Amino acid sequence: MISLSYFLVFAAALFCIGLYGVLARKNAIAILMGIELMLNAVVINLIAFWRFRSPEMITGQAFGVIVFAVAAAEVAVGLALFIAIFRRRNTIAADEIDLLKW
Amino acid sequence: MTVMQVVFLVTAVVSLGGAVMVVTTRNLIHAALWLILTLFGVAVMYGLLSAPFFTVIQVVIYIGAIAILMIFAIMLTRRVKQEPGSSVNKGWWLAGLMALVLFTALVWMLSTWPGFQTTLPELPQDFDSIKVLGAALVSTEGYVIPFEIASVLLLAALIGSVAVAWERKS
Repeated sequence: MISLSYFLVFAAALFCIGLYGVLARKNAIAILMGIELMLNAVVINLIAFWRFRSPEMITGQAFGVIVFAVAAAEVAVGLALFIAIFRRRNTIAADEIDLLKW
Repeated sequence: MTVMQVVFLVTAVVSLGGAVMVVTTRNLIHAALWLILTLFGVAVMYGLLSAPFFTVIQVVIYIGAIAILMIFAIMLTRRVKQEPGSSVNKGWWLAGLMALVLFTALVWMLSTWPGFQTTLPELPQDFDSIKVLGAALVSTEGYVIPFEIASVLLLAALIGSVAVAWERKS
């Protein structure tokens, strides 16, 4: 029989792979992809807790919908920022965007 | 092993493998395609968790909109020649170590929690999760305030991204 542990371990693995991508990659769009993996892991956790712990309440799914909306907004703004940065500096490597560093 | 376990294990292996490829592939277009594979795997996970609405919005929003938007952005920001050097920064081993430590810590912490082995409960009779979710999102006893705030956030993101990416003629 499948248990909650399967989904939690899977989501933890997905989150950690995403975390590695965010911390290690140079390209800003690759960093954004890592963030997407992490957000997906979070939504899996929310839905799994809803299904296994309180299937008669809808709270977990409602939170999941909100996370989806926030993720969509985050990607749109992030990509717009990267395109604007690329236009100005002709690079989106995260270690070359250091205007605010001194 | 039940059918559900087999489906789960196959999906988990495929989507975790895809996720590893996303963070390690040098070619960003390939990384985006691996990301689509992973997102499909996650959509199957929502199906296994009997959340059909999430399966659909995963395919429509993540694969149909976000992944395609990323491919557009990759193509718009590509240099003429492929960037030389490594695709990861100097501290990549530290990042890998941190991810590994976090994973171990999470699994250890969860395994000490008594609810970790909760088995799948039956859904209540006549329970239509889509109908209940739709009603909860717009009822004043439910989640109408977060729902409205999310819509304002989406509008702000729409205006903000247009304003940021706008090319001013000078």
